[in-house]
Amino acid sequence: MSTTTGTAAIDSGLAAGGQAPRRKARAKAMRTGSRYSFLVPTFYITFLMLPIYWLFNMSLKTNQEILSKFTLWPDEPTLANYMVIFTDPSWYNGYINSITYVALNTLISVAVALPAAYAFSRYKFVGDKHLFFWLLTNRMAPPAVFALPFFQLYSAFGLIDTHIAVALAHCLFNVPLAVWILEGFMSGVPKEIDETAYIDGYSFPKFFLKIFTPLIASGIGVAAFFCFMFSWVELLIARTLTTTAAKPIAATMTRTVSASGMDWGVLAAAGILTIIPGALVIWFVRNYIAKGFALGRV
Amino acid sequence: MEKTINNRAWFMVLPVLFLVAFTAVIPLMTVVNYAFQDSFGNNQFFWVGTEWFTDLLSSERFHDALVRNLIFSFSILAIEIPLGIGIALCMPKKGWGVPVCLVLMALPLLVPWNVVGTIWQVFGRADIGLLGYFLNSIGINYNYTQDPVAAWATVIVMDVWHWTSLVVLLCYAGLVSIPEAYYQAARIDGASRWAVFRFIQLPKMHSVLLIAVLLRFMDSFMIYTEPFVVTGGGPGNSTTFLSIDLVKMAIGQFDLGPAAAMSLVYFLIILLFSWVFYTVMNNAGGEKQQYAGEE
Repeated sequence: MSTTTGTAAIDSGLAAGGQAPRRKARAKAMRTGSRYSFLVPTFYITFLMLPIYWLFNMSLKTNQEILSKFTLWPDEPTLANYMVIFTDPSWYNGYINSITYVALNTLISVAVALPAAYAFSRYKFVGDKHLFFWLLTNRMAPPAVFALPFFQLYSAFGLIDTHIAVALAHCLFNVPLAVWILEGFMSGVPKEIDETAYIDGYSFPKFFLKIFTPLIASGIGVAAFFCFMFSWVELLIARTLTTTAAKPIAATMTRTVSASGMDWGVLAAAGILTIIPGALVIWFVRNYIAKGFALGRV
Repeated sequence: MEKTINNRAWFMVLPVLFLVAFTAVIPLMTVVNYAFQDSFGNNQFFWVGTEWFTDLLSSERFHDALVRNLIFSFSILAIEIPLGIGIALCMPKKGWGVPVCLVLMALPLLVPWNVVGTIWQVFGRADIGLLGYFLNSIGINYNYTQDPVAAWATVIVMDVWHWTSLVVLLCYAGLVSIPEAYYQAARIDGASRWAVFRFIQLPKMHSVLLIAVLLRFMDSFMIYTEPFVVTGGGPGNSTTFLSIDLVKMAIGQFDLGPAAAMSLVYFLIILLFSWVFYTVMNNAGGEKQQYAGEE
């Protein structure tokens, strides 16, 4: 229980820190919090960054240094671990495979979700609520339930170990997600815009592409980001459906650990490299990230 | 917004319908099929009725995994929700700190789930991990591969690390939507900090908190990859949650019938929670509109 009590102590410490200085400048504090409240996010972010830093630290060490002595930063930083990944096809192909099926999945999900989200946000039709609920259940379905039947279904179609198989399988949770997020953004666009466009003589496809799509561009970006993300972080289904030719980087990592003993340095480098794509795009969606996680409902 | 009644909208939903039918309905039918049959290999199946279900519902293994999963879900909720609210309240509301906080806090959410497992597996090791090394050097005997308590602590702290940011981001989104006028009114009334939290901030966070609680509950209820990488369900069966147990049964032992029956029961539980989720969320949305109408 040692770690839990450790964090509990930190939490209570933080709470006390937030309360103590409130006697002064209480009115000002109401919105912005007290003068010391920045400590709370600072501690929290430190807690978040420590494990990631440790992985990064390890990725710059040689295996010998990792195992022989305990150092808070590398004695002799080396990029050798990264070089292993960039020069060995069995490693870098993992990244290419992951990016391929993630991109395919994002494209498919957003493309089919766009018209559906428009229908849900603009029209009432028979069974709309039931359909929406059914889509939600798929977002909530445990991937473990689907692992085995997916394997058999895609075997029957001869799609095992192809990128498209994983891309289609990930649609299970990404299409509902994209529909929910896009519906949220589309409902924010006033309906009068549609009506005015029709009066001006626009046909539906022309209106959708020329007028409506630019209006919800940020929504499309956010939906694409979340499809990218959930497809990128998923492992169970991706691993079940692939053997070699389309094996994702995440699966390459688990297999290498068990096969070649403990190549900690390379493992750490591979881990750091899987974090980078998310870290790069997150800046663009920072203001919408809560909305995305809340299924477009904030 | 007033919606027009138009049944032709079904045509726009058709692509989604076909795609999800292919990825969800057909596999589910396979599961239903297996749940009522037994096989001796060679693709010979025969009907066993509800045998697998009665077996499953009376099996201790399933009960234990279910109870473990419920304990896990409720403990992480008990930690993440208050912690998330606290951090969201202390976050800066303007200035350069906002984007920095948002981006750094969201980072764990974007780490592939097995890498989350790897990070904590390494971080907690007594020989090469910062946390394990530190705890052991101050005299706490910490070893998550041997000691069930340490394994549980690791899995819970890992989940707190991974997902508290989701609660923070949602609460923060709720907080920044509160108009300045509310705080001014509270100041004039001489309201205490607690009163501001209790009567202004908490009600305004109501709907996002609901989403956070339900999402965290459901996602923790089907957690697989992270504990699998760190503990592999062990030591013994102490961290074997429902998904881990199911995958062991279906792919490890290839017990199609029992695994399929378990999948269905598992799925029905999730379906029930989804329904609660959907109803609660829709009602919350309805309330919001009602308030908007009154203002």
